[in-house]
Amino acid sequence: MIRVVLPAHLRTLARVDGEVKVDVAGRVTQRSVLDALEAAYPMLRGTIRDHVTQQRRPFLRFFACEQDLSHEPPDAPLPDAVAEGVEPYLVVGAMAGG
Amino acid sequence: MSRVRVLVGTRKGAFVLTSDGKRDRWDVSGPHFGGWEIYHLKGSAADPDRLYASQSSGWFGQVIQRSNDGGKTWESKDNKFTYDGPTGTHLWYDGTPHPWGFARVWHLEPALRDPDTVYAGVEDAALFRTTDGGQSWQELPGLRTHTSASSWQPGAGGMCLHTILLDPSRAGRMFVAISAAGAFRSDDAGTTWRPVNRGLKSEGIPDPTAEVGHCVHRIAMHRSRPDVLFMQKHWDVMRSDDAGESWREVSGNLPSDFGFPIDVHAHEPETIYVVPIKSDSEHYPPDGKLRVYRSRTGGHEWEALTKGLPQSHCYVNVLRDAMSIDTLDPCGVYFGTTGGQVYASADGGDSWAPIVRDLPAVVSVEVQTLP
Repeated sequence: MIRVVLPAHLRTLARVDGEVKVDVAGRVTQRSVLDALEAAYPMLRGTIRDHVTQQRRPFLRFFACEQDLSHEPPDAPLPDAVAEGVEPYLVVGAMAGG
Repeated sequence: MSRVRVLVGTRKGAFVLTSDGKRDRWDVSGPHFGGWEIYHLKGSAADPDRLYASQSSGWFGQVIQRSNDGGKTWESKDNKFTYDGPTGTHLWYDGTPHPWGFARVWHLEPALRDPDTVYAGVEDAALFRTTDGGQSWQELPGLRTHTSASSWQPGAGGMCLHTILLDPSRAGRMFVAISAAGAFRSDDAGTTWRPVNRGLKSEGIPDPTAEVGHCVHRIAMHRSRPDVLFMQKHWDVMRSDDAGESWREVSGNLPSDFGFPIDVHAHEPETIYVVPIKSDSEHYPPDGKLRVYRSRTGGHEWEALTKGLPQSHCYVNVLRDAMSIDTLDPCGVYFGTTGGQVYASADGGDSWAPIVRDLPAVVSVEVQTLP
């Protein structure tokens, strides 16, 4: 079971509170986690990755285990701690203010 | 007694304002979708409790919401707007070719008789349609692939298709407007299009009378006379009496003919409303006085409507989709400002009062007249 933390606006859109848990069959990668997330919550399609290109939306970041994974290949394995459900995979909205 | 429901899209959420036919006491619901930009909400004429909303965000992109109960509850629908076929290029601000790319939905126009059919005007400019209540969207590519499209160029707000008018008396006829390409008409339900900009003159483009390239801000029609169109252009208020075949200027005695919205009285097809703005670089009312101007003669002769509106130190803007008209008698007129006020007039514009004063910047206002 993979733990995913979504930004507040996407939790509202998906109608969930707190962390989301998704099952991933096979290798645990950013692509497989996001595929599973979008399958469970179809309203999130297009809000994290572009519908067509599947590229990360520019103002979102992907973190886990205190690492920024935003620029890692989508099919690279996620850290064991994420795959084992010890640490969450974080979808983060880039900071904006001023 | 009839009721009205005002649907307000703002930079930080949607609000639903309701009142009885007197329109002097209001219930305010919202924010719905707090924190998101709501470019437009609109209800179906065929089923007034069926509402559609365009919800977008720089972070999370486009979401489409639908309500089946007049805005009490909402459900997200398909948000995939994929251009049909090769996207090609339009001109960028610097005049170089730029690939078409979807950014957001500016305007949602439900079909007149079917609540499941809705047209969506998007940035970069294109027209989409759903026929299943928002479960899926398909482009009507004849517009984006028009032979002139490679020469279209964005206005300052982006290359947006912001106006969709459906002719209630002639099946298949529709009008759209694009900043900064101009007005287009289809007579075959959106399959093919042609520019209808003859008579427009825009000093900001190389050929001021070019077939395309005009920054049309808004078009309005009265449903009883769909061949008569009124246009607020970047500069100039225009009128066409032949379904866009030709336009003539009717700015008359306006203090400024720059502005964004334009609308038509519900029962007087020659009575129209605009909100003059000082200039294209000073997006606020002339002299700090918020004035709606009304012409009862279809243009040329305008009167300032000021009662109840701030007449000093007012520097808000009124955006293109932020004015609407109800169908009660007397006719109600509504508009929202970038300062977060929504003003209502229950007497055709003679007097005004704010429904709300402190919303986020208002992007769109639509009113529904309910039984």
